[in-house]
Order: sequence, then C-alpha cells, then structure tokens
Amino acid sequence: MDLLGILLGGFAAGMVLFVVSVGLSVTMGLMGFVNLAHGGFAMLGGYVIVLAMKGWGLSFFPALAVGFVAIAALSVLLERTLYARLYRASELDQVLFTIGLVFIMISSMTLAIGPETQVLQLPEWLRGQVDLGVIRYRTYSVAMIVFGVALVVALWLGFERTTLGARIRAAVDNRRMAASLGVDVGRLFTVTFAIGSGLAAVGAGLGAEILGLDPQYPLRYLAYFLIVVAVGGLGRVTGVFYAALLIGVLDFVLKIYFPKGGTIFIYALTLILLLWRPQGLFGKRGA
Amino acid sequence: MKANWRQLFAAATLAAFSAGAGAQAVKIGVVLTYTGVGAEFGQQVDRGMQIFMKLNPGAFGSCKVEIVKRDGKNPGGADSKTAAQELITQEKVDIITGVIYSSNAIAIEPVITAAKKPFLIMNAGTAWITNLSPYIARVSFSMWHAGHAVGETAANTLKAKTAVVGFTDYPPGKDSLVAFKTAFEKAGGKVIDEIPMGGPGAVPDFTPFFQRAKDKKPDVFFVFVPAGDHAVGVMRTYNALGMKQAGVRLIGPGDITQDTKLQTMGDDAVGLLTVHHYNADLGNTPNRRFVDAWKKEFGPASTPDFMGVQGYDGMAAIAHAARAVNCNMADADKVMAALKGWKFDDSPRGPISIDPATRDIVMNEYVSEVVKSGGRLVQKNIGVINAVKDMCKELKVDRCGK
Amino acid sequence: MSGLPAAHAMAARHRLQWWEALPWVAGVAAFFLFPNYLAFGTQVLVTILFALSLDLVLGYAGIVTLGHAAFFGAGAYTVGMLAQHLGWNEPLSGLAAAALVAGTIGLVSGLVLLRTHGLTLLMLTLCTMALLEQAANMGAAWTGGFDGMPGLSFGKILGLFAFDVLYFRSQYLYALVVLFLGFLLVRMLVYSSFGQGLTGVRENLLRMHAVGAPVRARLVIAYTISAALAGVAGALFTQTNAFVNLAVLGLERAAGVLIILILGGYGRLYGAFVGAILYLLLEHTLAKAYPTAWQLGLGLTLVAVALYARNGILGIVDALRRRLAAWSAP
Repeated sequence: MDLLGILLGGFAAGMVLFVVSVGLSVTMGLMGFVNLAHGGFAMLGGYVIVLAMKGWGLSFFPALAVGFVAIAALSVLLERTLYARLYRASELDQVLFTIGLVFIMISSMTLAIGPETQVLQLPEWLRGQVDLGVIRYRTYSVAMIVFGVALVVALWLGFERTTLGARIRAAVDNRRMAASLGVDVGRLFTVTFAIGSGLAAVGAGLGAEILGLDPQYPLRYLAYFLIVVAVGGLGRVTGVFYAALLIGVLDFVLKIYFPKGGTIFIYALTLILLLWRPQGLFGKRGA
Repeated sequence: MKANWRQLFAAATLAAFSAGAGAQAVKIGVVLTYTGVGAEFGQQVDRGMQIFMKLNPGAFGSCKVEIVKRDGKNPGGADSKTAAQELITQEKVDIITGVIYSSNAIAIEPVITAAKKPFLIMNAGTAWITNLSPYIARVSFSMWHAGHAVGETAANTLKAKTAVVGFTDYPPGKDSLVAFKTAFEKAGGKVIDEIPMGGPGAVPDFTPFFQRAKDKKPDVFFVFVPAGDHAVGVMRTYNALGMKQAGVRLIGPGDITQDTKLQTMGDDAVGLLTVHHYNADLGNTPNRRFVDAWKKEFGPASTPDFMGVQGYDGMAAIAHAARAVNCNMADADKVMAALKGWKFDDSPRGPISIDPATRDIVMNEYVSEVVKSGGRLVQKNIGVINAVKDMCKELKVDRCGK
Repeated sequence: MSGLPAAHAMAARHRLQWWEALPWVAGVAAFFLFPNYLAFGTQVLVTILFALSLDLVLGYAGIVTLGHAAFFGAGAYTVGMLAQHLGWNEPLSGLAAAALVAGTIGLVSGLVLLRTHGLTLLMLTLCTMALLEQAANMGAAWTGGFDGMPGLSFGKILGLFAFDVLYFRSQYLYALVVLFLGFLLVRMLVYSSFGQGLTGVRENLLRMHAVGAPVRARLVIAYTISAALAGVAGALFTQTNAFVNLAVLGLERAAGVLIILILGGYGRLYGAFVGAILYLLLEHTLAKAYPTAWQLGLGLTLVAVALYARNGILGIVDALRRRLAAWSAP
C-alpha cells in the first residue's frame, strides 16, 4: 500500500477517536471531573441514532442531529441532578460514581434492547469507494477526515473567537480566577458538558462503522478515549486532534507492517509520549 | 379421633412416597455468560434450549426437569468455576452444561472431574478440551471442524493455490489458522501470509490488515474472527477496500456470516463462501420448524444462529441421557455411556452424533454461498461434507494427541 | 484529595482494638457456616488481599493507579508457569517467587513512572499493564493465552494439606492465613514512621519536600511492596483456582479492585475488607437471582454510595458514629 493510502487510513481512524473523545478532554480539563461514563453517553447516543433511523425512518444526518440533541439534553439532566453534587468530591468518588453510572447504562440497554450489536446502515453514497484523483479510497474514511477537520476548525474558532469560548478557556486555565472575574462557572460546566456529550453521541454514530455499537461499547473503548485525552493534553481541543491523528496513523502503519505486534504499539507509544511530555503534547506544564 | 389421625398420617406418607418414586427430577446446571462481553452468545444458547423444551415437551419422558442457571460473567475462568462448584455442591445438579468460552470450560473441568459430574459443552470450541476429562462431552464444535473443512474446500472446490489467512489473535483464531493450513497444504495449496488481526475484545479497524492481504494478491483470503461485532467489521472492510473487485475471494467459517448479522452486510457479501455446521437457511424440515418456532417466540426480526442450535441439540442430548438412565443421573459413568455414540437425526443441523472415542461432536459441514433472493441475503447450500470429525484429534496435532 | 478522615482515623487507631479480631473470627466462622460456598469465599479473600495491596499505594501514598492488575497478573503467571513448565508446584515457595517477580516489576516501573502524577500517571500505569497483557498473549505458548493453562495442580501446603478441588476447604484456610499475614504486614507498615511519612506525602507534598523528606524514595518503596503483595494475591488466585488466563492482567480486574477499594473506603485498612465483601457478595447474590440484570443493581449501589458517602462505606459508618456521638454528648 502506498504512503498516501496509509496516511488516509490512519487519519480516518484517528478522526473517529477524535470526535468521540474531544468532549471528554474538554470536560475533564474544564471541570477537573473524571467522567468515565463519557463512553456511556456515546453509546446511548449511538442507540438513539439507530432508533431514529430504524424506528422513525430518518436518514443518517438528521438522525445524527437527533442523537446530539437527545444526549445533550440527557447530560444536562444528569449534570444538574447528579454530577453537580460531586464537583467538590474527591476524584475517586467521581470514579466510583461514573463507573456505577456506566454499569447502569450498559445493563439498562442490555435489558431494554438486548446484548446484540446494533448495525448502523450508512447512506448509500458513503459506502464503497471514491475517486480522489491520485487515489481511489474508501468514501467513508474520506468523509470522516473531512468531518474531523471541519469539527476541529469549528471548535477552534468557537474557542478563540466567541465569548463563550473565551470563558471556557479562562475557566480551564484558572477556574477560581475566572469565577472571581464574574464568569458563571456552573453554567459553563453545564453547557460544555452538554456539547461534549452530544459530540460523543455523534462520534458513536459516525464511528459505528469501525467501532461497532453494542452495550459493552463504553468499557471496551474507555482505554482508547483516555489515551487520546491524556496524550493530547487536558482541555486542549487541538491537542486531542493531533493526538488522535498521531495515534491513528502510527497504529495503522504498524499494523500493516508488523501485525504480529498486536495492540502493543498503541500502549508503548502512549507510554513513551507521556514519559517524554507528561502534560500531553499540548497540555500546560505543571497543570 | 386418634384413629382418624393415624389413618391420615399413613395416607399422607404413602402419598409422599409414591409421588417421589415415579417422577424423579433431573437437575441441569447451566453456566453461561448472561452479562458482559459474551452476553449475546449466552442469550443465543439459552434461547436454543428454550425452543427445544417448547417443541419437544415429551423429550424427557417421565423425568421432571429442573434447570438452574448461573451467570459465568466473563471469560476469566474463576467466576464460571465458582458457579459450577456451587451448582454441584449447593444445588446438587446432576449435570453441568452451557459454557461459551474455552477458558471457562478449562477452568470448570477440575471441579466436574473431582465431583464426577458429566459436563456437556454447548459452545467452547478449543479442540483438546474434550481430552481433559472422561466426563466431558461436546455437542457444539471444535475449531477444526470448520477450519479444516474450509481448507479442503478452498483447495478442492475453489482450486485455489495460494491463500492468506487473517485471524483474531487468540486460541480459536490460531486453531483455525492451523486447521486451515493443515488441510489446505495437504491438498497442495500454500499459505503465503498469516496476519494476526487484533484481539477478541475491541473490534480493530481491519483496514490495515485487509490492505496487507489485498497487496499479496492471494487466490483466497481465509478469515477467522469471533462471531459478533467482528464479523460485521470484516464485511464492511472487505466491501470498502474493493477486494471482491480486485479478485480476492473471501472464505471462512460460518462465524463471519453469522445469521444474526447477515442482513446488514450488504450486496458485497454476495458470493461469499463459508463452511459451517449450521446456518439458519438450511432447508431440512427440523430446521424449518426450529426457525419458525424461534421467530414466533422471539420476534420475526430475530433469527437463530449456530449457537442457538447448539443449545437445542445440547438439550436433546441431555434428554436422551436422562431417559437412558431412567431419570437417575447420579452415576456419571452411565450418563457418559449414554452420551457416547448418541445419534440425533432430527437436529436442525442435520444428522449429528457424539463420537464414542473422543466424546466430541460428529456432524455435517455445509458449504454455503451467499446469494440474494427475494430482496434479502440468503446462504445457499452448494455442498456438504458428511460426518466430519474433529481432525485435530484424528490427526493428533499437538495437544490434541495427548 | 480529601483524606482528613483517614488521617484522624489513623491517629486514633494506633493500638489494637478489640473489634479488629472480628473479621478473622468471621472468616473462620464462615468456614463452618457455609461449607458449600468456600470457592466463592476464597475469591473474596484473594480480592481482599489484592485490594489491601492497592490501599497501600492509593489510600496511604495517594498514587491513583489503573494498572495494579499488572502485579496481580505477574504473580499469577509466575506461579502458573513455574508449575506448568518447571514442575515447581510447592505453594509457599511459589508465593515467594511471585512476590519477588511482581515486586521487581513494581520497583522498575515505579522508578520510571512515579515521576508523574494525576491523569498521566493513571494512563502510564494502564499502559504498563496493557503491555504486560499483550506480552502474555504473544507468549501464549508459555502462558496459555486467552484460554489459559489447563491441568495445573499444586503440591501440599507445608507438605500436609492437599488442595481440595471440589469444596475448596484447604484453599479457603490457606488464603485466610496468607491474608492474615499480609494484613499484619500492611498494618505494621502503615503505623510505622514509614507509613506516617507516606501519609505526609499524600496530605501535603510541598511540605514534605520542604522538610527534606525523601519523597520519591518513599513512594517507590511503597509501590514496590504493594506490587509484591499484589503478586502474592495473584499467586494465591492461580493456586486456589488451579487456573490462570489473560483476565488476571485485564482492565476489568484492575478497575474492579479500584472500585472495591473506593466503595469500602480507602486509606483505612479495613476498607478493603468492607468493599470486597460487599461488592462480591452483592454481585454474587444479585447474579443468582437475576442472571441478566444484576449489573443494574450493582451500578445503582455504586452511584448511591458515591453520592452519599465521603469515603465509601466506612466513610458512611464514620459519619454515623460522629452523628451518634454528637447526639449523645450533653
């Protein structure tokens, strides 16, 4: 396989991780809250999207929108009633809570719908291959790349150019200072949490082609989400983007040439990267 | 008054004794992964058992049947072992059955051997498990049943000379690789690349592995992945990379066209060749009855797959053994004697039997091609290899020979 | 990290209290009261030991790790491979070998990883464990891989007590004794000046540096001892189960023991006991009654404890005691 094909493949794989994980990075960076249930929101969103497509006959993109809104709403509900009570708690209590929440999410989906994998049918034009001039490549992968890049640009613009974004950045850098300057940190949390979870839902829907979708999804991919967030640096959207890209491409390349290595490379890579730069590629030093 | 009480007491005691004598209870302990990563499979086997009881209410004759179910929870061995141990010592079951994962079967074995209880495996497919104890019998399959048959088919039917093997990197995958390679190379073919494709947990992105296979330009690409999410990923990647158009023929055991996932695989699955002991489209009468009953019970969109039929056949085997020992399953040696050589012609997968020498299943392997019929994907039976034994034990490969 | 209740508790409980004999009495009583559940009981004991080892680094040294199963698995596989490939199946020396191997891995990884903290350290411990798991899978010819090692058998304990394959009687008592000895070790460590130094590190890192205490050295030593102890727990697992597979190195086991410790209450020695017994018992009974739905009940319990307790179950107990004391005080 030639270099371009490899780069595209890795890029696309990384983008799937990026879309699901970016919300986790921002909420962990902003709220300092260890939300291990992030994958659970993603999974629930995936199911909403499948339901919207199969049950209500929506097509792919409207279904993604429904998923975003539904999970954002759910996360607001949970954040206001449950998460907010644990903001001052120790990280370990947050871990306990979010793991319990994930168990509840997994078992309720298993009981309500069943343990089987849900299959998301991509629209016709996303299947098959597309001719890019220099190479014929999987349409879906190209679409993922386009979407991921568009998303990171949109998020970056949002962070850099809007007041909300400025407030979020301020609160990530120094929560107390931001609060004392009049930023309503509580409302900021809610909004950020909602957007982050909504994005996770969309990520699950978009990524189902590669990652699959079943009730075990949150725990199965938790390690990958955490790796991308840690390597990218907490609260840094561009950091998560580059981390996901890097990991996606390197993993892809290594799997082609050294398949016997298994998943060793992702973990070894993360180990090396984090030892070299403990704050992540783009994180703040001494955070 | 006193005389009346004594009469009542005598009558009651007599009644109690006679009630006990006729209807002896057969207590079956089931260990399946009802939760966790194996929940989907546990559900299939469990449903197959239910359908058997529904369609064959008289199968156990005069024996009362009691089924106690325990969750194996995970493939880690310890929880299944504890479940089996409690079923035996606390619930006093007569037989242990179920078990999806080979690791759990291996962990359970010392317990059933020490307790001298029969263990009828309804899924776990590592070939040499049946060698571990004389009290183990299996109605499901060994990785070699399908793997070896695919190798033969690739060489003899498809006339392939070169093959690339992609397999999930865990014992069933490795066993399938060895099984396929043994048969294929014996028939004159050559395996030119062996690609481990990640682990059985998280579904990997198959793109790099399949790309590597595509670049080698083999006649056939043999793929083994665990049933479930992986199978879907395989088909999607095969389509997306245009491998069919590139002339790379995908073949594998039925795990890659698992009935529950088949309809989602799209038109590119057409032409896919698989070899397996069961698929829901088999045309024999017992299967039609089985599938109809299944759809009636669990919904028209649901379908049994090979694990479902294993649950069905497992109950058939236990019912046969129960009747053979007159509902008294206390003597495990008698139960095993009844299971060895058991023949069942009414199985949805065609005639099956348990090999008395190895206590493993002997069954047909069906060669099927995926075709489109009436707007849906159907597995058309294009050939059958009759009465296939576990070739690993036949050829005494490695651990199978011990 | 709020550890004040634990510091208070530690200061108050320096000497042996009468009720500290209770867990052991209960353990022996269980042997006689539940003869058919000793396999389950043995699993509980092994998990308590594992959670205890985690408490040493988490509760006392403040190191949050998602990779402690690396040491558990190292110990488990050491014993398994010695028995399978070298025919060395004497139990007690097996435990020692496991402690040595796991402790060494702990020392090396501690030296490298403990330069970091927080999420980074968490991820690094996770990666170390995952790498070991992958290595075990790649070396499946030696480790049995996903399927595990069949037919393991172990010699008599002290040459006298054979392993009881069906009823787990000797396994249970063996595990109980090993747990007791492990607990004594941890208790001694925690109340020693070394242990107090650890608490100092956890409570106020800056001040510890300021008084010139050897912080890194303390952390690495604690990590190594904890690793060795986790290795013993793993070895116990393999010996009592006569089986080991990749699951001993998995995220499920590492996350599970973390949840158990948080549930019971970390930094309080007995949190491991309370957490393991409660969690496993709940899992066990719920799973019997509802083979498909028990995880829901478990999740609800965890959420409830997290919302209403400040440090697990023992935290709730403490809060209740304080309220009672406030009530009864004039």
